[in-house]
Amino acid sequence: MASVTLSGIRKSFGATPVLHGVDVQIDDGEFVVLVGPSGCGKSTLLRMIAGLEETLDGEIRIGDRVVNRVPPKARDIAMVFQNYALYPHMTVRANMAFSMRLAGRAAAEIDARVNDAARILGLDDYLDRFPRQLSGGQRQRVAMGRAIVRDPQVFLFDEPLSNLDAKLRVQMRTEIRALHQRLRTTSIYVTHDQIEAMTMADKIVVMNAGRVEQIGAPLVLYDDPANLFVAGFIGSPAMNFLPGRLAEGGAVVLDNGGRIGVASTAAKPGQAVTVGVRPESLEIAADGLLAEIVVVEPTGADTQIYCTLAGRDVNVVSRERHGFAPGQGIRLRVAPHKALLFDADSGARIR
Amino acid sequence: MKAAGVLDNRNVLGLLFLLPAAALLLVFLTYPLGLGVWLGFTDAKIGRDGIWIGLENYEFLWGDPVFRLSVFNTFFYTLIASVFKFGLGLWLALLLNEHLPFKGFIRAIVLLPFIVPTVLSAIAFWWIYDTQFSIVSWLLTRMGWIHSNINFLGSPNPARVSTIVANVWRGVPFVAICLLAGLQTIAPSLYEAAAIDGATGWQRFRHITLPLLSPIIAVVMTFSVLFTFTDFQLIWVLTRGGPINATHLMATLSYQRAIPGGALGEGAAIATSMIPFLLAAILFSYFGLQRRKWQQGGRD
Repeated sequence: MASVTLSGIRKSFGATPVLHGVDVQIDDGEFVVLVGPSGCGKSTLLRMIAGLEETLDGEIRIGDRVVNRVPPKARDIAMVFQNYALYPHMTVRANMAFSMRLAGRAAAEIDARVNDAARILGLDDYLDRFPRQLSGGQRQRVAMGRAIVRDPQVFLFDEPLSNLDAKLRVQMRTEIRALHQRLRTTSIYVTHDQIEAMTMADKIVVMNAGRVEQIGAPLVLYDDPANLFVAGFIGSPAMNFLPGRLAEGGAVVLDNGGRIGVASTAAKPGQAVTVGVRPESLEIAADGLLAEIVVVEPTGADTQIYCTLAGRDVNVVSRERHGFAPGQGIRLRVAPHKALLFDADSGARIR
Repeated sequence: MKAAGVLDNRNVLGLLFLLPAAALLLVFLTYPLGLGVWLGFTDAKIGRDGIWIGLENYEFLWGDPVFRLSVFNTFFYTLIASVFKFGLGLWLALLLNEHLPFKGFIRAIVLLPFIVPTVLSAIAFWWIYDTQFSIVSWLLTRMGWIHSNINFLGSPNPARVSTIVANVWRGVPFVAICLLAGLQTIAPSLYEAAAIDGATGWQRFRHITLPLLSPIIAVVMTFSVLFTFTDFQLIWVLTRGGPINATHLMATLSYQRAIPGGALGEGAAIATSMIPFLLAAILFSYFGLQRRKWQQGGRD
């Protein structure tokens, strides 16, 4: 096991820059998720760590070793690909044994390690099958088995669950997480799915357009986002944003004249700001701001109420059951410390 | 209404759709083949209907040294040419599969020998192999490597090599383009996975490329062997089977005996005796190189 340090990583494909100086510190044994919308450079970053893309600018360290010019096979890493990349002409056993066979390990050792990995992943009965004869979830497990048998310093996962159906995805999510708790191997996991990131990560790296927006534990990103992008990307349903102007006396005046009380802030009175409020932080209260209900969606555990407030779409999640109907008026309030302020121009958080 | 009722029947309709293809096959494939086989058992000459003579043609051919030589030539020609076509074709396909500048242009050029009519390219080779005006001889003389022109087609072994070179030149594009298509079906992530698994370039070729390409290699090489075994145009234009029958293939000998020689029955017997060899090649590729277990879908 080893730590991974990325410093000042830049990358361009031809004239198109895709990474603009990325710095990430990944500690030994940590499960780190790189998350961001497609095209943000997260997969490129992972492939650079794997050695599948050149790193000309910046430095990648695995443990104490700078690996910029080290070929993939010498980096002591294992990677799980989105399409699994199982060798179709080899059985499950041969797939998992391939790296050790190339390394010239003894047959007895290869057997022992393959059987061990198969037992961990519940693949004992499938060892002599070809990938074609396996279901998506089983192939996924073989791909992980191929990584496990090598006992590498770092596991790399490139959107490994995106080819699975929703139910299997949730199940494999738990399995990968359980596997990590058991093996404690440093893992870097790329996904575009913020739920995967929230549920699996020790630490999330949110990326956007080739830059790191914020790094932190899942709940820290949720409760304390550094900017509008992170605030909007993390969390489902997404955070509500209401534009307004900071007034004297610790309140934001919205476009329609409504006032939202905010905690003390570094923003100056008169400054244009965006107020961010999580859907579950909006309370229904008689002294709140008036909104109009558009759609009510009861999910059983809670109810999602879509409404418009000051001309903006606002989403409320309420744990109580109400008899609301579309078109009806509703009054919403937010506790001052739950209303986050962002600079309207830069999108940066104002604390 | 009644006619529509008959046409609504799936079987009738199916037969109806099959008919044109079946008619074409019967008239242009089965009939000539059957006629050829039948002629081989007769003593037909041009202008004279033959009578059934049983295996007499084959008995004669069995003892005919020229026929025996043509069988040897055919095998030699096919074997050597196929080995080179495979080697060069695979090498070219691997090269073209890399990221090259002007890739599309180069691929188009590679196809050129394949699209030029065989007779035209054979005539070009005829000039290249000319005893007096050969560009190869001229070049080598200029470079000081040789002092007299090479007699490419004038003596047995050089003639064999020369015809094989021309055949390889013509056959390589087909092999290369088919193998290139096969190479492009191999997912790049397999190579990446193999690179991470510690495979060297040679090991990636040996453990990923070759096994995944083998079904296409089987098909392409079967076709290539069949084409080479039955080659006629190139030999006929370049050497007419000479010198001293050194480049006579079964196909050219069959033509020479049957048409210019007038012995239709004997020529047909020579052509017919190619069939077992061709069938053997097809069966070999069918049973020996058929779809591997890993290619078959489903569960066991």
